[in-house]
Amino acid sequence: MATLCGVVGIGQTKHDTARKDVSIPGLVREAALRALQDADMTFQDVDAVVLGKAPDMFEGVMMPELFLADALGSAGKPILRVHTAGSVGGSTALVAASLVQAGIHQKVLTVAFEKQSESEAMWALSPRIPFQPPMLAGAGGYFAPLIRAYIARTDAPDEVGIQVAVKDRNNALKNPFAHLQVPIHFDAVKASPMLWDPVRYLETCPSSDGACAMVFASESVADKVSDNVAWVHAGQMRSEPTLFAGRDQVLPRAGSDCARALYQEAGIENPRKEIDVAELYVPFSWFEPMWLENLHFAEPGGGWKMTQEGATALDGDMPINCSGGVLSTNPIGASGMIRFAEAAMQVRGQAGEHQVEGARRAMGHAYGGGSQYFSMWIVGSEKP
Amino acid sequence: MKKIAVIGFSQLPSVRCESNKVDVEMVGPVLVELFEQVGIERSEVGFTVSGSTDYLSGIPFSFAHALDAAAPWPPTPESHVEMDGAWAFYEAWVKLQLGETDIALIYSFGKSSTPDDLVDVLTHQMDPYTIAPLGVDSISLAALQAQALLDEGNYTERDFAEVALRNRRRAKSNPYAQVKGDFDVNEALESPYIASPLRKHDCPPISDGAAAMLIASEDVAKNVCERPAWIQALDHRIDVHQPGFRNLTKSPSVTMATEVTGVHRDKIDVAELYAPFSHQELIVREAMGLDEDTLVCPSGGALAAHPIMSAGLIRVGEVANRIWNGSVDRGVAHATSGSCLQQNLVTVLEGT
Repeated sequence: MATLCGVVGIGQTKHDTARKDVSIPGLVREAALRALQDADMTFQDVDAVVLGKAPDMFEGVMMPELFLADALGSAGKPILRVHTAGSVGGSTALVAASLVQAGIHQKVLTVAFEKQSESEAMWALSPRIPFQPPMLAGAGGYFAPLIRAYIARTDAPDEVGIQVAVKDRNNALKNPFAHLQVPIHFDAVKASPMLWDPVRYLETCPSSDGACAMVFASESVADKVSDNVAWVHAGQMRSEPTLFAGRDQVLPRAGSDCARALYQEAGIENPRKEIDVAELYVPFSWFEPMWLENLHFAEPGGGWKMTQEGATALDGDMPINCSGGVLSTNPIGASGMIRFAEAAMQVRGQAGEHQVEGARRAMGHAYGGGSQYFSMWIVGSEKP
Repeated sequence: MKKIAVIGFSQLPSVRCESNKVDVEMVGPVLVELFEQVGIERSEVGFTVSGSTDYLSGIPFSFAHALDAAAPWPPTPESHVEMDGAWAFYEAWVKLQLGETDIALIYSFGKSSTPDDLVDVLTHQMDPYTIAPLGVDSISLAALQAQALLDEGNYTERDFAEVALRNRRRAKSNPYAQVKGDFDVNEALESPYIASPLRKHDCPPISDGAAAMLIASEDVAKNVCERPAWIQALDHRIDVHQPGFRNLTKSPSVTMATEVTGVHRDKIDVAELYAPFSHQELIVREAMGLDEDTLVCPSGGALAAHPIMSAGLIRVGEVANRIWNGSVDRGVAHATSGSCLQQNLVTVLEGT
């Protein structure tokens, strides 16, 4: 890597079911302007913009970077648009960081958004795919069988999913930007309607409007403009096929390989010990224990025990999703970037009430497609 | 910047409708041909990136299905832009600049035949609050631009027709082109307007197509390629979206990218321009400052074949082809995206 890249500005919107008070440009500007303000910059200071979002059909605008160029002050500049399914928020950040790391640009603004109230995501996520039976009803329809397979493999007790939901939703109460801010308890989750067995209503992510933005700077610029930089220590992406009989969709090899490469790049041997806090993409409660295993925080079969023992709580030894996670806020295209940004906020000590004290190294994770697209990064309070 | 070269390129012949193939079946053959051509194993590729749009396939995550053609097993570092493959080429070039890997694979695809009305679909690219609701379609917007160009007095409808004639004549020697052959300009000028002042010959065909490319770092490129097409410079820029906020007869983003890439530092033998409408070639030529010494669009360009999402990557590949066979030493490839040439990419390729 040619140059170090640092996060010098972070901004996100207040996430909500329907942000009727803003247009799509208004939404992305809310996040972008907050990130620029945090970096003490304006649109004029930025060399390039990298925009990410999930399927264009969610808002009904084809390649919306074209019209958002105006709102993002991009005229006369390069603007890239990334789309790697649900992992897009993370991939977008990594593409933006690579522009700095390669020495092409000094200051890059990256933005990810989704305004799900513009459409019906459930049906946008139920595509009629050629040569496949139309059996899916939204993302839950796809992922519930994987969760059932996980439970069958590991004999995990039913309460684990509920515990994750209770933890994440209560963490969200400490995050002023989170979408769902309603206190919930074990019995309420257990009594909530079963949507896709074993996923209950309160174990499912919401549909959100929201955006997230970050400003990246090269080492020389970051040293000058900020005394609180989250340095990018490592970033990796991996993808695997959609249709391939050799896939293990419960513990996907792409996720496992990606994490191993990530830790190697960051010089991490024991992630549970050496990473202080992680933001993982958990849209359905059970994905917390699944990802703990896939990302080598636990041995296969040990993920749910970590959750059950409280290791992933804000005050546990491996806090996961202190922001409330995707379970509390899910503007799909932005969800991955929010994970990355929350990790950076932790090492910058700016996570407020959901701050993990003394966090020096944090992980952001995003996944997408049929558990086949992965993007991850490690950020630290010190230079790598 | 590290020295990086285009070492392989393949494309499907553009056709009006690939009725028997889904996206993944179009990408598969171009990748097979590409690896045969270059003579390397797929496992040697360190980074893969594709360019496509869901709006042509009519399903979300269409790129996830096409990915299977790249056989990403074991799992591979991979990315996707919802843009023309030329921007995937840009992302791959950035990745190789990091020096972590030596070979990158780029591919793109699109079936413009899928929607009932392509022009209607492209309307969804416009600002959804202020422009799209007016129903102004992609051809009408191009026509407004063409009329503005005529109003300036430097070109006539005959000039537009002659651009189209030259491209379709050149396309006769391009086996991948879709609309080719001579036509009589006087007769063509008698034909009715599609959207005044544009006639049928001024507009691109509707095409299904796919393309793929390999780029590599210096040592690998020298090993596998007798005369690599070195990427001397690469830049892309965007202009304001609102058509009323800019002078449609100029392309400041092309001019900026031309300056950044140093197009005029030396003689340009060939220029492959992505100008879907005949008058747009005139705008891009002018914005790029090309003179009569440069051979423009020997492939026939986008007026002869217009596989959306691949047409830009194909421009890069066409220039690389001419460098590999030694017919040119230095060429420029241009790609565009959006309505009225809103977004533009320029790259300079050299044989030495």
